[in-house]
Amino acid sequence: MSTNNSAKTPSKLQKIMDAGHFGVTSECGPPRGADGRIVEEKANLIGDYVDAINVTDNQTAVVRLCSLAACIRIKQMGFEPILQMVSRDRNRIGMQADILGAASFGIHNMLCLTGDHQSFGDHPTAVNVFDLDSTQLIQTVKMMRDEKKLLSGFEMKVAPEMFIGCAANPFADPFEIRVARLAKKIAAGAQFIQTQCIYNMDKFKLWMQQVVDRGLHEKAHIMAGLTPMKSLGMAKYMKNKVPGMDVPDSVIERLAGVPKDKQAEEGIKMCIEQIQELKEVEGVRGFHIMAIEWEEKVPEIVKGGGLYPRPKVD
Amino acid sequence: MIIAKPKPIEEIIELVKDLKSVLVAGCDGCVTVCEAGGMKEAQVLASALRMYFRQQGKDARVDETSLTRQCDRPYIAQLDDQIEKYDAVVSLACGAGVQFLAERFSKKPIFPGVNTCFIGVTEQKGEWTERCQACGDCILATTGGICPIARCSKRMANGPCGGSSSGKCEISKETACGWHLIYERLKELGQLDRFERPNDPKNWATSRDGGPRKIIKEVSQV
Repeated sequence: MSTNNSAKTPSKLQKIMDAGHFGVTSECGPPRGADGRIVEEKANLIGDYVDAINVTDNQTAVVRLCSLAACIRIKQMGFEPILQMVSRDRNRIGMQADILGAASFGIHNMLCLTGDHQSFGDHPTAVNVFDLDSTQLIQTVKMMRDEKKLLSGFEMKVAPEMFIGCAANPFADPFEIRVARLAKKIAAGAQFIQTQCIYNMDKFKLWMQQVVDRGLHEKAHIMAGLTPMKSLGMAKYMKNKVPGMDVPDSVIERLAGVPKDKQAEEGIKMCIEQIQELKEVEGVRGFHIMAIEWEEKVPEIVKGGGLYPRPKVD
Repeated sequence: MIIAKPKPIEEIIELVKDLKSVLVAGCDGCVTVCEAGGMKEAQVLASALRMYFRQQGKDARVDETSLTRQCDRPYIAQLDDQIEKYDAVVSLACGAGVQFLAERFSKKPIFPGVNTCFIGVTEQKGEWTERCQACGDCILATTGGICPIARCSKRMANGPCGGSSSGKCEISKETACGWHLIYERLKELGQLDRFERPNDPKNWATSRDGGPRKIIKEVSQV
C-alpha cells in the first residue's frame, strides 16, 4: 500500500482545505426510527454554514437510521456528506460494499472509525465484528481508491473516490503515544483528522505542537473538534461519564459562575472563543463542530468564529 | 489451559430432575486446575443432586467419577462398561469433552455441567484471566508478547482506541487496556518502532471464521 496522502478527490471539503481555507464540518446524528425527514431538517439547519456534514454510524452503539441512507438524502439535498463508518458492525465484505454504494451516489468523504464497544449501546448482547480496525479501514479505502482494488485484489472498473478521514483523541491515555498513533493513521492514508472535542486547550496545544514537530500537519488536515456545552450538567456528565473526554475544572467553574438560564449562552460563547484561539494554533486547518442535538446553534458558532460565509470552490 | 465455570445448580437440576440415574463425570485436565470440573467438583455436584432428589422424595441414583481426560478416546472408553447404568451423564469437562462423550455414547444424553469460557491463566488462587482466542495465526512476536485479539475488547490490530483511560479499557475500569500493555512492553523491549507501523488486515480464515478446524500432524522431514 502506497503512502501518497495528497490524492485529489472531488471532495469540496478537500478542495477548501487544500486551497488554504479553514474547513468547517458539523455532524448530524440520524434518528432512532425510520423518519428520514429528521435528517433533512438537521441538514437544513447547518448545510449552508459548513463544507460537509458528518453522518454518524450507529453512534455509541445505538441502532439508528443508517449513515449511508442518511448521507444519500443529504447529498440529494445538495449538501456534501461525510460517511462515517465504524468497523464494529460489518466485516470487510459489508464495509467495502457500502463504500461502493456510497461512491455510486457521489459521496466523496469518509470518516473511518473503529466504533464504541457495543456494551455502551442499546444492544449489549450483540456480537461485535471488528474484522478490521479504523487504521485498516483507512488502508482499505485508500487501496480501493488509489489501486482500484478491493482487499481481495479484484480490480474495479470504476473505483470510489474518497477523501479519507479519521478521528484522533489527543486526550486519551497514554498521552505520549497519541501522536504516534496519529502518525500511524496518516501512514495508513488518512488525509483529514477530526479530533475529539477539545476542552483542555493546554493539552491540545501540547499535542498539536508534537504533531507540528513531526510535520504531520503537512501530511493531513487537522480539524479541531468542538462541542458547545449546553449546561453545567452536561459539562459534569462529559467530565465524569464519557470515555476519553478531558474537561478541566476551569470549564466547569465558568459555567457554574453564570445563572442556569444563561449557561447555554455561555457555552456558545466559550466555543466561539475556542475557535478564535485555535485559529492561531499552528497546524489547525479546520473545525469540526459537534453540537449534539443542538444543530440550530451551528450557524451562530460559525458566524461568531468568523468562518462565514463559507468559501466557494470549483 | 481452558478455563471453565460451574453452571448454576438450578440449571443442572432442571436438566436431570426427571431422571432415575445420573453419572457426574469430571475431567482431570484443565477443569481440575481451574477448580470447575475435577473429581472434587464432581463429588460436590453429585452430593448436591442426591440432596435434591432426597428432598423431593425421589429415588434416584447419582454417582461420580473423573476421567484422566475427556478429550482422548482411551480415557472416555473407561465409561464403556458402566454407561448403561445411567439415564444421562453430566460432564464437567470443557465443551470438547462433553461433545466427545456425546459422540461415543450416542444413545445417552450428555449434559454440560460447566460453562467453557476461555483459554487463560491462573492469576492467583481462585482467579483466572483470558490470554488467547486461538486465532490460529499467532502474532505475539510483533506485539510484545501480549495478544491484542484476546486482550483488546475490540481486538484492534492498531490500538489503543480513544477510549483508553489511565491504562484501563473503556468497557470497564476492571479491565486493563491491552494496547496500553503492549505499548509499555514494546517500550521496555526497545521496539517502539513497531508501534507506528500499520498492521495489515488479518487473515481470519485460520480462526473460527474458516469453519470448524482440524490439524493433521505433518510427518517430520528432519
